[in-house]
Amino acid sequence: MIQIEYILLISAVMMFAGIFGFLTRRSTLAVLLSIELMLNSADINFAVFNRMLYPDGHEGYFFALFAIAIAAAESAIAIAIMINIYRMLKNISVDKLQKMKW
Amino acid sequence: MDNNLVNVLYLSSFVFIPLVMLLGLWLAKSLKQVRGVMVTGSSLLLLLAVYLVFDFLGARAADPTSEMLFTGHYLWFAPLHIEYAVGVDGISVAMLLLSAIIVFTGTFASWRLQPLTKEFFLWFTLLSMGVFGFFISTDMFTMFMFYEIALIPMYLLIGVWGSGKKEYAAMKLTLMLMGGSAFLMCGIFGIFYGAGGQTMDVIDIAFQRGGAHAIDFAQQCIWFPLTFVGFGVLGALFPFHTWSPDGHASAPTAVSMLHAGVLMKLGGYGCFRIAMFLLPDAANELGWIFLILTGISVVYGAFSACVQTDLKYINAYSSVSHCGLVLFAILMLNQTACTGAILQMLSHGLMTALFFALIGMIYGRTHTRDVRELNGLMRIMPFLSVCYVIAGLANLGLPGLSGFIAEMTIFVGSFQNADTFHRVLTIIACTSIVITAVYILRLVGKILYGTCTNEHHLKLTDATWDERTAVICLIVAVAGLGLAPLWVSNMVSTGVAPIVDHIHNAAQVVSQSNPFL
Amino acid sequence: MEYTLFILLLPFLSFLFLGICGKWLSHKTAGIIGTCCLAVVAILSYTAAIDYFSLPRLADGSFRPVSPFDINWLPFFNEGLQFKMGILLDPISVMMLIVISTVSLMVHIYSFGYMHGERGFQRYYAFLSLFSMSMLGLVVATNIFQMYLFWELVGVSSYLLIGFYYTSPAAIAASKKAFIVTRFADMFFLIGILIYGYYCGSFGFNFNAEGFAAGGFMLPTALVLMFIGGAGKSAMFPLHIWLPDAMEGPTPVSALIHAATMVVAGVFQVARLFPLWIEYAPDALSIVAWVGAFTAFYAAAVACAQSDIKRVLAFSTISQIAFMMVALGVCTEITTGHEHTGSLGYMASMFHLFTHAMFKALLFLGAGCIIHAVHSNEMSAMGGLRKYMPVTHITFLIACLAISGIPPFSGFFSKDEILTTCFAYSPFMGWIMTAIAGMTAFYMFRLYYGIFWGTENKELHAEHTPHEAPLSMTLPLVFLALITCVAGFIPFGHFVSADTRAYDIHLDWGVAGTSIVIAVGAIALATYIYKGERQPVAEAAAEKFAKLHRWAYKRFYMDEVYQYITHRLIFAHISKPIAWFDRHVIDGFFNFLAWGTNALGFQIRGLQSGSVQKYAFVFLLGILILLFILIL
Repeated sequence: MIQIEYILLISAVMMFAGIFGFLTRRSTLAVLLSIELMLNSADINFAVFNRMLYPDGHEGYFFALFAIAIAAAESAIAIAIMINIYRMLKNISVDKLQKMKW
Repeated sequence: MDNNLVNVLYLSSFVFIPLVMLLGLWLAKSLKQVRGVMVTGSSLLLLLAVYLVFDFLGARAADPTSEMLFTGHYLWFAPLHIEYAVGVDGISVAMLLLSAIIVFTGTFASWRLQPLTKEFFLWFTLLSMGVFGFFISTDMFTMFMFYEIALIPMYLLIGVWGSGKKEYAAMKLTLMLMGGSAFLMCGIFGIFYGAGGQTMDVIDIAFQRGGAHAIDFAQQCIWFPLTFVGFGVLGALFPFHTWSPDGHASAPTAVSMLHAGVLMKLGGYGCFRIAMFLLPDAANELGWIFLILTGISVVYGAFSACVQTDLKYINAYSSVSHCGLVLFAILMLNQTACTGAILQMLSHGLMTALFFALIGMIYGRTHTRDVRELNGLMRIMPFLSVCYVIAGLANLGLPGLSGFIAEMTIFVGSFQNADTFHRVLTIIACTSIVITAVYILRLVGKILYGTCTNEHHLKLTDATWDERTAVICLIVAVAGLGLAPLWVSNMVSTGVAPIVDHIHNAAQVVSQSNPFL
Repeated sequence: MEYTLFILLLPFLSFLFLGICGKWLSHKTAGIIGTCCLAVVAILSYTAAIDYFSLPRLADGSFRPVSPFDINWLPFFNEGLQFKMGILLDPISVMMLIVISTVSLMVHIYSFGYMHGERGFQRYYAFLSLFSMSMLGLVVATNIFQMYLFWELVGVSSYLLIGFYYTSPAAIAASKKAFIVTRFADMFFLIGILIYGYYCGSFGFNFNAEGFAAGGFMLPTALVLMFIGGAGKSAMFPLHIWLPDAMEGPTPVSALIHAATMVVAGVFQVARLFPLWIEYAPDALSIVAWVGAFTAFYAAAVACAQSDIKRVLAFSTISQIAFMMVALGVCTEITTGHEHTGSLGYMASMFHLFTHAMFKALLFLGAGCIIHAVHSNEMSAMGGLRKYMPVTHITFLIACLAISGIPPFSGFFSKDEILTTCFAYSPFMGWIMTAIAGMTAFYMFRLYYGIFWGTENKELHAEHTPHEAPLSMTLPLVFLALITCVAGFIPFGHFVSADTRAYDIHLDWGVAGTSIVIAVGAIALATYIYKGERQPVAEAAAEKFAKLHRWAYKRFYMDEVYQYITHRLIFAHISKPIAWFDRHVIDGFFNFLAWGTNALGFQIRGLQSGSVQKYAFVFLLGILILLFILIL
C-alpha cells in the first residue's frame, strides 16, 4: 500500500506549483490553470484523507466531487470572461488589464 | 396645547417655511412659479422675523430673567440625550432678522440668474434653512447639524454657479470649513461628556452644577481652543481665513451675500454661544491667544485689502477685517464689547451683503471685477454707483450708517479693560478705521469717479427694479440701524448680559498664562 | 428752547429730500428748498442766540449752559458711559451757531449764481444741507462722542463736496486726501475720547475731577490725542496738506467748509475742552501754542509764493486758524477780568474765529466771483479787474484790510487781542506772531494787487470780457462786508469769555500800534512791489532767492513726503508684503495641506493596485509569517 505521505507530497507539490504559477504567470489563462492545479491538489487531499483516515465516511469524496463541479463552473465563467476581455482588448495579460481601475 | 409644543412649532416655522419652499420649488414648472415660491417664502420669513422681534420684545419685558424665551424641546435621540431644542434670546432674534433680510434681498439679487434657476434656488433655500435652524436651536448637536446643512449647499452653489476658479474655490471653502467642523465636533462631544454626558442643551450645561465650573478647568482648556477654532474658521479667524477671498470671489452674488452676510455670523455666534458661554474659565484663561490672532486679522485684512485689484477680493479681505473685529470684541469679555460684537455682526452682515449685491450687479454688466479696468461708472449707472458709495461709507464707519455704532461700541467696550495688553490691542484695532478709509476711497475714486474710458461700458444700463428692491431694502436696514441703534442695542444686550455675567462668575478673571499681563 | 432741535432737523430733512428726490426736481426748486431751510435755520439760530444771551446770568456772572434736549442714543451698558445726542447751548456754541448759519446761508444764496446750470445742482444743495446739519450738530454737541460723530459727518460732507466735480482727477485725489488725512487724525481723536471716557466715567463735558486725578498722566495724553484730531481738521502742520488741495471743490464750498466753519472745528474742540486743558494739562497747552505758531509761520511763508488765488487763501486760512490755536495755547488761566490777561486768549481766539469766518468767507466768495469771471484760478489770468468788477473789488479790499489788521475792520480787533495775549505769554511769541501778522498783510495785498491791479491779461479778456457777478453772488459779498466792517465793535467779551463772565475788551495801544505800523508797512511794501504794471522788484527777488521761492512754491515738499510715506512705505512695504504673505504663505500652507493629503493618497494607492497576483503574494506572505509566529 502506498503511504499517505507520498500522496500528500504530490498534492503539496501540485499546490505550490499552482501558487507559483498563480503569482508569476502573466497570462490569465495560465493563472486559471494554476488555480485548477491548486483546486485539484485540495481534491486529492480530500480523497486521500477520507480513504486513509476515515474509511467509513464519504464526506471527503463528496466534497472533492463538489469542488470539481464548482471548479468546472468557475473555469467556464472565467474562460467566458477571458474571451470577452480578449475580444475587447485583444489581450489577456494580467498586468495589462487596467481598464477598470479608478 | 401645552406651551412646549407651541414654542417648538412657533420657532420651527423658520425651518418649516424653507422646507415648504423646497417642496414648492421642486414642484415648480416655470421660472415664474420658481420666483413666486421664492418671493412668497422669503417675504413670509421676513414677516415672521419682524413679528418675532416684536413678540420677543413684549415677552422679554414680561420676563426679564430667563436666558432664553420661547423655549421648547423634543427628545430626538435618547441614548445621546440629543434633543430638538429651540429658544431665542436677544442675540438670536437679531440674527434671525438679519438672515431673513438677507434671504429676502438675496432672492431679488439673483432674480435673473441663469442657468438652472430652479436648482439654484433649491440649494439656496436649503442653505437658508440651515442658517435659520442654527439660530433657533439651543441644543449643541442640533446646532451642529444645522451648521452642516448650511455648509454643504455652498459647495454646489459655488461649484456650479460660480465664476473664475470656481471648482478650486468651492473645494477649498468646503474643505476648510469641514476641517473646522471636525474640530468643532470634537469640542462639542468634549463639552458633552465633560459636563457629565447628561444633556446637550446649551443652557442646561451652562447652569448645571452651579454654573461656571460644570466642566473642570483642565478639560475646558482642551475643548475651548477646539470649539473656538472650529467656529472661528467660519468667522474668518486669522490664519484660517483664506477660504474667504477665494470663496467669495467665485461665489455667485446671492451666495456671497448669504455667506458673508449670514454664514460668517454663524462663526461669531457659535464662538460666543458655545465656546465662551460653556467654557468660561478657559475663555478667561486662553482668550488672550485668540485676542492676538483676531487683532492681527483686523489690521491684516485691512492692509491686504489695500492692494487687491479684484472688487470681490477687496470686499472679502474687508470682511476678514470686520469679522475679526467681531471675535476681537467677544474676547474682550465685557458687556459693552460683546454687545458691540453682535451689533458688528448685524452691521457687517447688512453692509457686506449690500456690497456683494452691488459688486454682483456691476459684474453682471461689465463682466469684469478688475479695478483697473473699471472707471467712471457714476455717469453710466448712477443708482448703483450712489449705492456703492453708501455701502463704502457704511463700511468705513460713517455715522448714521450701521458701521459706526458697532465699531464705537466695540472700541468703548474694549477700552474698559484697564490693562496695557488690551489697550494696545484696542489701539491697534482702531487703526483699522483709517486703513479701511484708504481702501474704500481708493476703490470708490477708481471705479466710480472719473470719466469712463471703456466704450463697451458706455452703453450699460442702470439697475433694474428687482435689483433696486434688493439694494434699497439693504440700505434702509443699514441706515435704520445706524440712525436709531437704541432698540437693537438694548435688545441685543438682554441676550449678551447673561452670557457675560456667566463668564465673569468664572473664578479667575485675570489670565495666568498670558505673558503680557 | 426746544425749537433748537429744528436747527439740526431741518437741514437733515432737506438733505434727505434733496438727496432722494433731487433728480425729479428742477434746479431752481432744489435750490430754493435748500436755501429756505437754511434761512429758517439762521433765523432759529439768531432767536436762540437772543434767547440765550438774554437769560439771567448766574450769581457769579457766568452764563448757565442750557441743554434743551438730550437723549440716550446708544447705550454702552456701563454706568455713566452713554452715547447721548442732544443740544447744548452755551456762549461758544451759540456763537458758532450764528457763524455757521450765517455763512452757510450766504453760501446757499451765492451758490445760486455760482453753480448756475451745473450738472448735479440738486446734489450740491443736498450736500450743503448735510454739511450744515453736521457742522451745527458738532457745535451744539452735549458730549465729546456726539462731537466725534458729527466730526466724522463733516469730514464726509467735505469729502463729497470737494469731490463734487467727480470727473476731474484732481478733485478725486483731493477729496480722497482730505478724507484720509483727517481720518488719520480722527483716529487719535477717537483714542483720546476712549481714554477720556474711561477716566471721566462719562463722555459729557461735566468734568469729573476724581476720575481725572486717578488718571494721572493719561488725561494730558488724552487731551493731546484729541488735539491731534483737532489739528487734522484745522489743518495744523504737519496735517495741513489736505487743505490746499481741497480747493478743487467749488469755491462756495471752500468758503463755507474750508475757510469759515469746518476748519475751525479743531479750535472749537480745544475751546470746548479748555477748562480741562487749563486745569489738568497746562504744560501740554504749550504744545498747542507752538504747533500753532509754527503752522502760522509756515503757512504765511508758503502763501507768499503761491500763484493760484484759492491756494493763497487756503494757506492764509491755515495761518489764521493757527493764530486762533496760538491764542488758546498761550492762555495760562481761566478766570477773566482786567488783571487776568492769562485768560484773554480764549476770548481772543473765539473772537478771531468769528471775525475770520466772516472776512475769509467774503474773500473766498469774492475769489469765486473772480474765478467765475475769468474762468481760471491763476493770478496770471487776472490783473486789472477793478474796472470790471467794482463790487467784488471793494468788498475784497475790505476783507483784505480786515485780515491785515487795519482798524476799524473786524480783523484788527480780534488779532490785536491775540497779539496782546501772546506778548503776555512771552515777548518772543508776541514778536513772532506780530511778524506773521505783517506777512499776512503782505501776501494778502500781493494777492489783491495781483488780481485787481497790475497788468491786465488782454488776450484772455479780449475773447471773454470779465463782468460783474449776478446779484445772487454780490449780495452775500456786500452783506459779509458789512459784517466785517462792524463786527469789531461787538462787545465780544460780554458774550464769550473763558469762564463765561462778562468783561470789557481793552485795546492795548502799545501792541495795537506796533501791529498797525507793521501791517501798514507790509501793505506799503506790497504796494511798492506789486501795484505797478510790471513788477521788477518781485521778479528780481524771486530770482535772487530762486531756491527759497521754489521751495515755498512747492510748499516745502510736504506733499511729496506724504506721498513717499503712503505709497512707498505703507503700500509697498506693508500692504503688498502682507497680501503676498497671505496668498503665498498662509494660503500656501493650506494648499500644501491639500496637496500633501493628495500626495499621500497617491503614495498609499500603490498598495491597492488591483492586481490579484500581488494581493495573493501579500496574502501568502502573511500566512507564512503568521505560521512562523505560531510555530515559534
